[in-house]
Amino acid sequence: MEPIRLVVGRALPLPRADVDTDQIIPSHWLKRLERTGYGAGLFEAWRSDPGFVLNDPRYRGASILLAGPNFGCGSSREHAVWALHDSGFRAVVSTRFADIFKSNALRNGLLTVELDDATVALLFDAVRVDPAAEIAIDLERRTFEAPGVHARFAIDDYARTRLLEGLDDVGLTLRNETKIRAYETARPDWLPTVRR
Amino acid sequence: MGSPARTLSQKVWERHVVHRAHGEPDLLYVDLHLVHEVTSPQAFDGLRLAGRGVRRPDLTLATMDHNVPTDEHPPEDISARQIEAMAVNAREFGIRCFPVGDANQGIVHVISPQLGLTQPGMTIVCGDSHTSTHGALGALAWGIGTSEIEHVLATQTIAQAVPGSMAITVDGTLPSDCAAKDVILAIIARIGTSGGVGRIIEYRGSTIAALSMEGRMTVCNMSIEAGARAGMVAPDDTTFAWLEGRPFAPKARLWELALDDWRSLPTDEGARFENEVFIDARALRPYVTWGTNPAQSVTIDGAVPDPDGIGDEARREAARRALRYQDLRPGTPVREIAVDAVFIGSCTNARLEDLRAASEVVRGRRVRAGIRALVVPGSMRVKSDAEREGLDRVFREAGFEWRDAGCSMCLGMNPDVLHRGERCASTSNRNFEGRQGPGGRTHLVSPAVAAATAIAGHFALPSDLR
Repeated sequence: MEPIRLVVGRALPLPRADVDTDQIIPSHWLKRLERTGYGAGLFEAWRSDPGFVLNDPRYRGASILLAGPNFGCGSSREHAVWALHDSGFRAVVSTRFADIFKSNALRNGLLTVELDDATVALLFDAVRVDPAAEIAIDLERRTFEAPGVHARFAIDDYARTRLLEGLDDVGLTLRNETKIRAYETARPDWLPTVRR
Repeated sequence: MGSPARTLSQKVWERHVVHRAHGEPDLLYVDLHLVHEVTSPQAFDGLRLAGRGVRRPDLTLATMDHNVPTDEHPPEDISARQIEAMAVNAREFGIRCFPVGDANQGIVHVISPQLGLTQPGMTIVCGDSHTSTHGALGALAWGIGTSEIEHVLATQTIAQAVPGSMAITVDGTLPSDCAAKDVILAIIARIGTSGGVGRIIEYRGSTIAALSMEGRMTVCNMSIEAGARAGMVAPDDTTFAWLEGRPFAPKARLWELALDDWRSLPTDEGARFENEVFIDARALRPYVTWGTNPAQSVTIDGAVPDPDGIGDEARREAARRALRYQDLRPGTPVREIAVDAVFIGSCTNARLEDLRAASEVVRGRRVRAGIRALVVPGSMRVKSDAEREGLDRVFREAGFEWRDAGCSMCLGMNPDVLHRGERCASTSNRNFEGRQGPGGRTHLVSPAVAAATAIAGHFALPSDLR
């Protein structure tokens, strides 16, 4: 994972609630074996509507997705995060994210920023009025800056450090190898294995 | 003595902590990792790139379910490639796999409990959000993404922040035309699509206790539809009786030891949940979803709601969008909505009990002309068990297609899809836009309602049929 400290750019507003991962990337894209190349599948069904915000030239090149509540609900497909990342998004802002989506995002250098209802409402207005409005998200200082909006956001220290340093999760965990081994030797005998 | 009262999920969590440090998520040991062909290929590639192996192949089980054909036609090339990749990865990393054609193949959340691999008190993960199903046996089970799959393959552990807790108590005798599906649809209607976010739900109360294991799996399965991390039911005599004698269940002395342990798992008296919800089962009715998320539902006696009557702006706008997509008009009685297809299948409702319930309704009747009706058993074992009871003949004689096991039309990855504009009564778990095929319209119902709808041609209860 590439380290991430600052996201500066324009935002694409998608105020719909409960945007599920089937919308973010439809299931037929999940037949692929690769980790990249999902950009063209992002919001594939909605994109066929010329009026959909992703087709609006004023928002072209946006790197921040401004989303409605409960963004990323449904399926666990990490492909949803890959599709956003492949399309140039580096952060998603919402009042609330679905758990698995958030976890997947933070493992791929896609920053999820949770802000309160009033701030998100202000942001939607600001971005509608001025699609070129510049937004700056500073992960190190946990600050969020947009025209008329100066906010701080919460993110747990552990996730923040991993993002800032672009750490390999498996490598981190393997530092606890001795503890894992000790745990394994003490597991109860009745627990199943899948051996024949 | 004097130890604080703990919940079921806290007990299971605590006994799996490998490493705990201030400011870090807990590192939990994973007792069972279930793998399928769709979300795992990139994880295996990651292992190869890093030169890592699978730490515990003996605690890892693979199958093929999402993308597999359920009829005699071969899979399309791109699907065949993914199915083959699963076989190759399993072979290369020494993982046991139940491939297409194996008597044990099936939907991952159906086969593991059926084999007795899912047991109380275990931690189970899988790259699929419906892993919550296994919570029905008192396991702590949740869905993970592909990066986490790689992490679990390499370390047999997973880093997780301690989630919140929620108790949903359902009390009273369920009306005879209601099923477990109606219980969970009622719960989701009550708490909403994000009511469980960040939490583990424990389902309790006399209604849950009276449910069969299959019914409890249906309830836990859809926990994720309320946003929950996991759903659980305390193990009891129903659980133990269901498990005993299954291929991977403990035997003899180990069974006795396990039983003693499992009996200590239920939530202690006085344990506190952060959030509690109470539901009176006696007031429930069969549910039908009208919209494009599982909380957008009414009872079968109801009508399509008018978005103008919804106070909350975001929900009102979502309802308007949903009605446009679903091509429904406010005020239309649910029983007057005609369908083009009926799907009985998925990890929610394709176990033997579900097929029995549906077959009772269609026995001696005919599917309404023009309706495509599919039964897709949850596993090849469910299929053979059903055939031993003659259920395949009942369905076929009524005009249903009788398929092989797989996820099929639940998510439309294989050729079992709705065509644009088609409307389906489905026993699956998600009514999202395009979920069963681009432009398809899904209504979630119980197996009995799906079966009655196939006969009537519009949403119906078994008791509506002449």
